[in-house]
Amino acid sequence: MLKGRLSGFVFQLLAFVLALVFVSLILIAAKASPMEAYKNMITGSVGSMRKFAEVLVTFVPLLLVTAGLLITFSAGLWNIGVEGQIVLGAIGTAWVFRQFVDSTLPAGLIITLAILGGMAFGALWASFAGALKTFGGVNEIFGGLGLNFVSTALTLYLIFGPWKREGVASMSGTEPFPDHFSLPQLPDLRISLWALGIALVGVVIVYFILQGTYFGLKLKAVGKNFRAAYLLGIPTWQYSMYSFLICGALAGAAGAIQVAAVYHRLIPSISSGYGYLGLMVAMLINYQAIWAIPVALFFAALNIGSIQLPIVMKLDSSLAGVLQGVLVLFVLLMEGVRQKFVKKA
Amino acid sequence: MRKNFTRLAYLALALTFVLAACGTPAPAATEAPMAATEAPAAATEAPAAATEAPAEQFVFGMLLVGPYNDNGWSQAHYEAGLYLEEKLGAKMIYLDKVNPADRPGTTPDQLAEELVAQGAKLVIFNSDDMKDASTTFAKANPDVFVIMASGDQVWPDGKAYEEIPNLMNIMGRMEYGKMMAGCAAALTSETGKIGYLGPLINDETRRLAASAFLGAKHCWETAGNDPAALEFKVTWIGFWFNIPGVTLDPVQVSNDFYTTGYDVVISGIDNPVNLGEAQKLSAEGKTVFGVAYDYVAACDAAPDVCIGVPYFNWGPEYLKAISSAQDGSWASQFIWAGPDWADLNNPDTSTVGFVNGPALSAEDATAVDAFVAELAGGLNLWTGPINLQDGSVYLADGEVGTDQQVWYLPQLLEGMDGLSAAE
Repeated sequence: MLKGRLSGFVFQLLAFVLALVFVSLILIAAKASPMEAYKNMITGSVGSMRKFAEVLVTFVPLLLVTAGLLITFSAGLWNIGVEGQIVLGAIGTAWVFRQFVDSTLPAGLIITLAILGGMAFGALWASFAGALKTFGGVNEIFGGLGLNFVSTALTLYLIFGPWKREGVASMSGTEPFPDHFSLPQLPDLRISLWALGIALVGVVIVYFILQGTYFGLKLKAVGKNFRAAYLLGIPTWQYSMYSFLICGALAGAAGAIQVAAVYHRLIPSISSGYGYLGLMVAMLINYQAIWAIPVALFFAALNIGSIQLPIVMKLDSSLAGVLQGVLVLFVLLMEGVRQKFVKKA
Repeated sequence: MRKNFTRLAYLALALTFVLAACGTPAPAATEAPMAATEAPAAATEAPAAATEAPAEQFVFGMLLVGPYNDNGWSQAHYEAGLYLEEKLGAKMIYLDKVNPADRPGTTPDQLAEELVAQGAKLVIFNSDDMKDASTTFAKANPDVFVIMASGDQVWPDGKAYEEIPNLMNIMGRMEYGKMMAGCAAALTSETGKIGYLGPLINDETRRLAASAFLGAKHCWETAGNDPAALEFKVTWIGFWFNIPGVTLDPVQVSNDFYTTGYDVVISGIDNPVNLGEAQKLSAEGKTVFGVAYDYVAACDAAPDVCIGVPYFNWGPEYLKAISSAQDGSWASQFIWAGPDWADLNNPDTSTVGFVNGPALSAEDATAVDAFVAELAGGLNLWTGPINLQDGSVYLADGEVGTDQQVWYLPQLLEGMDGLSAAE
């Protein structure tokens, strides 16, 4: 067992190194120095307090999404629709804010309501994917993908239609909300400790559900073997739905924070691709909640650090995405290789 | 199991070699360019010291909404940056594709901070899309100079005036350029149907589309055509350039124009994709033309179908602004700079210019030049009677539009097809 774990760790390390080598080769082919690129990405993400705060701004929604996906993955579900669930969370939050623009209620209460509204919208949207699967026999991958497109269309409709800025028809986004609708930020930094707190609480809850409850155990049973779980008396489809609802609520919280703490309005790409990125993080950590924090932080750091590449080296910042994708591929590949080794042994 | 570990060890060893092979040349490679960049730095310091100028090189940053080489709006800014580097010995650092579709999860004010972290003392925000972010950034960084191109935040007579001492608005009076574009289009069109590829709808885009219409109408009628036979249609795509899945596809919109009798399409978006479509259809035997926008050399993309380009020349006003930041005479102000009527295409003096395209016939080129001379002589097409699209009177007979009336045009004009605002 210990050897198995050790070899797993060695192979993951190997995958990481291989991914770095692969990206380095791309960089060399592009006539850029890999060392300089990595150096810039490191200083660009942790080189100053301000930069690290930006990393945390990306980390918060990514962690929430990853935490949610751990639940659906445990239930054996590929919740591709998470991207749309973030979007609906953002729409829900924006909708609540719009109801209270002229309100005299305390800002803290309005923000709380708005975030809860976002979580509710996210959960509702996830329940559609769940219902499609449970009652319509539509695989959650296809249902989720379809709902993602619908969520984008809905955002565009709102921005271009009912929520448009006065005299303007632009995909730029809605009118920014008043300043007091923002989650309080640290002085001179853009990170909100409230947002960070919500994300950490979210991942801790998920960890607790998966490691310490019967609910989590049953969820995993459903994920491991749907039919066997059913025969053992677990209400399987209900558990699938629960997992969709929890994931949707967490993704909705991510969307809510994008509105309340980052963009302060609704924009077309409000989800910032964190849903798909979260899927990669979840795959990379092999669905173990304990690793969600460091790996999500690492991915967030790559995103922010890569901004330096076009500024300093005239390289495209999509290199971070390449590294993230390659990393996931190599980890999966190495896992396959490892299993072959283990079987032979 | 033991065998496995041996194999693993071999694998690791092999990898180490690979790494060593890849790794070693890399640092050497980095050192070389670094050494190379140090040399010119030393070289620039020498003359600086000689002329007693501050030894420190002035660094300015630029945030471009599109790619730096978009053959349009962003490239015009980028080239202005090169002009500033040359004129001032300053150094530009820039980041392009600053929009939420290309840089998800970021905001322009955050990215501006990155430029400041790299040494920028002044940051240019080049898009209307960054207006709110430029205000946020300027207020949060009172010691950094900010230029927000195309905005009106610090226009005391504007609708959204705010006092932001470190921010300046700069815009060109492109209304004139658009009039020339409209004129060239009307003279070239055989069908009398002109399409206008519009970006999003706001004050700026309404007034520019309307200006193109006014120019087209003027030249159409001056040439003796039936005023009622001129059609001018605006189709808005929803943003400054194509974002797949978000905006209408401007190539498709151009194609729709060209295949429904609109033989000239004027680009109002950040790049001249209409030219590409015109060239394609032209190769298939259709007689179609396009007017580019924003960037002086935009016609080069498709010279055979390009009849002209109204363009921004940001250099001169940026030069003044940066010089004022350097010598301490900076004042927050709203600048709406016009063409240099004495020399329309002078790169050192004219903020707005117009270049006749290779596809413009010699006869029409003469007529466009005559129109430009009229404008230079004081012709103002923003003179009443001008009615809005809904038929209401905007400028009474003989009334000359004020800057506010032109800037904040609330609708398209009577005679234009297309949306004035979102439905």
